[in-house]
Amino acid sequence: MLAVEVKDLVKDYGSFRVLKGISFDVDEGVIFGLIGPNAAGKTTALRIISTLLQITSGSVKVFGHDVIKEAGQVRQLISYLPEDAGAYKDLTGKRYLEFIAAFFKDGNKTKKMVERGMKIADLGERINDKVDTYSKGMIRRLLVGRALMMQPRLAVLDEPTSGLDVVNAQEVRKIIQDAVKDGTTILLSSHNMFEVDFLCSHIALINEGKIVEEGSPHELKEKYNAANLEEVFAEVVK
Amino acid sequence: MSDLTNMIKKEIRELLTLQTIIPMLVMALIFVGMGGVTGGINEEATKNPLIGIINEDDGSLSGIATAVLNGRAEVVYNSTDRADVPAALEQVKEKDGVAVLVIPEGFSDSIYGNSTGKIQIYWIMKGAGIMDSVSTGVVDALIQAINHEIAKELIEQDISVNPEIALNPTIKNETTIFKGKEMEGLSPVAITGMLSSQSTIVPVVMMMIIITAGSIVISSMGMEKENKTLETLLTLPIKRSSIIAGKIVASAVVGLLMAVIYMLGFGYYMHSLTTGLEVNLADFGLALGIQDYVLVGLSVFVTLLAGLSLCMLLGAFAKDYKSAQTFILPITALTMIPMLIIMFKDFNTLPVVLQGLLFAIPFSHPMMAMRALLFDDYLLVLGGILYVTLFAAVTVAVVVHIFKTDRLLIGRISKKK
Repeated sequence: MLAVEVKDLVKDYGSFRVLKGISFDVDEGVIFGLIGPNAAGKTTALRIISTLLQITSGSVKVFGHDVIKEAGQVRQLISYLPEDAGAYKDLTGKRYLEFIAAFFKDGNKTKKMVERGMKIADLGERINDKVDTYSKGMIRRLLVGRALMMQPRLAVLDEPTSGLDVVNAQEVRKIIQDAVKDGTTILLSSHNMFEVDFLCSHIALINEGKIVEEGSPHELKEKYNAANLEEVFAEVVK
Repeated sequence: MSDLTNMIKKEIRELLTLQTIIPMLVMALIFVGMGGVTGGINEEATKNPLIGIINEDDGSLSGIATAVLNGRAEVVYNSTDRADVPAALEQVKEKDGVAVLVIPEGFSDSIYGNSTGKIQIYWIMKGAGIMDSVSTGVVDALIQAINHEIAKELIEQDISVNPEIALNPTIKNETTIFKGKEMEGLSPVAITGMLSSQSTIVPVVMMMIIITAGSIVISSMGMEKENKTLETLLTLPIKRSSIIAGKIVASAVVGLLMAVIYMLGFGYYMHSLTTGLEVNLADFGLALGIQDYVLVGLSVFVTLLAGLSLCMLLGAFAKDYKSAQTFILPITALTMIPMLIIMFKDFNTLPVVLQGLLFAIPFSHPMMAMRALLFDDYLLVLGGILYVTLFAAVTVAVVVHIFKTDRLLIGRISKKK
């Protein structure tokens, strides 16, 4: 089954056309990377898939549900991690996870959800401290824990390792891979081509609101006779 | 450009936005309006009052009294028979007058006989605002002038009377007619004092509730945007209406709690100012029944809902916590306008334009409700509740709509090419 189907998606901000009719599919159970330079339209596409923005034309479906007409059902299936997201500063890390978990109304599962979130965040005793006292890396780990604790069918992760040091970034990548093993489909965007190459089985390269290239990292490297994805990226957006 | 100039220019550019300028202009206009009201009070205080006179006494001292009244007031009704009081009241009321003064038979003899001469005053009270009772002060000044002239006469004629009587030869018996109720032994000033809690405490407390709770709602939206938590919240399986209702109800609870604390302090302060002036309103048939309190509660509830929905609407446009703070200014202005108007004038004594303005501002209604219910003005209260409920429903619908659009996350984008 397709986790995400994007067809001829157009998005205008006023007179500015951000997405110019993009189409791509994400298979269930994979890590799909949406990559591109700044202002290419990656975040807009991810926000539309996450039911945050309206569509100018075209259609987007998540596990067969239209993101506009069936936004409520889509929200039951997805988890979105924005690039520069924050958490409520006056709550402790644990209380924040409990607050989010409560919206999924799964009875006993809520407790397990929070435990899973705490395990992913791996903040030790600091999980009982207020978010206000966390470092940027700790907040990001908490948010990754929040995004994956409910084992969503689709996790939309915008720059999941943004702001993290090498060790933390490595751990988050491991968490993402584990989530896929547990049945979650991942749609992520990243500027880190090493990360994309390492994690994604399929990528779509977006530039100036258009999908300009698509395929597996291996296929694209071969096609452009490039040693790594960074060279592919530079060649395509040149 | 020096560092300091550069810094100052940047700060001014950030602080001087339309959101800060417009409310300031509104506040300035309020003060202009208050200046106009104060000017109106001065004008009213210097104007000759419109009165009716019924003089049953044929003595010389009542002649002095009527001469003073005829000289310093505009007398629109004259009679010598107390039975004409209803007709006199009708005539004076019709001409927008203040009072009917009755000088009873034996007035002069009473003073010559070493007793005070009674003057019966029937006040026609128009409203319980500060400005509504100004003209009664002018009539009180006339009584002082009568006392002065009679005292002069007694001294000039060398008539031996008690010095106390010579200095204060008359005494007033007052009856006030207000909103169809006849209140014996009460002057308009006393009634205004009695109703001061309705005229002052209720509007001030309502203003505090709206501003406090409204500030919480607007700041909460600003914080969600500043802390980047809004996007996450909007992708959770929770209805937009539940997010809005959650914020409104929580702010209302905290706002009400703060208002109760504030009210206790302010109530004590007002009580200390009015001690000794208090008259039991119930003795004059001015008491609220259970259904009246239910209506007041309903009025407060729907107004709070309307106010907080309006704040949510403004909060949706806040970019961050700082900009959210400036959005509370229009709400402050909208609560101050009715508060000041209600303190100065009664709804019924306002010009039609101001009545329309007061009715249109939802925050006016709970401020007016208690006073209106004391005088059985159910139409104003029920109409107000209906209007504010509609206002709240429309505002909530607009907020829910905005929560479903891009505007909440990406703000306003020009459609021009």
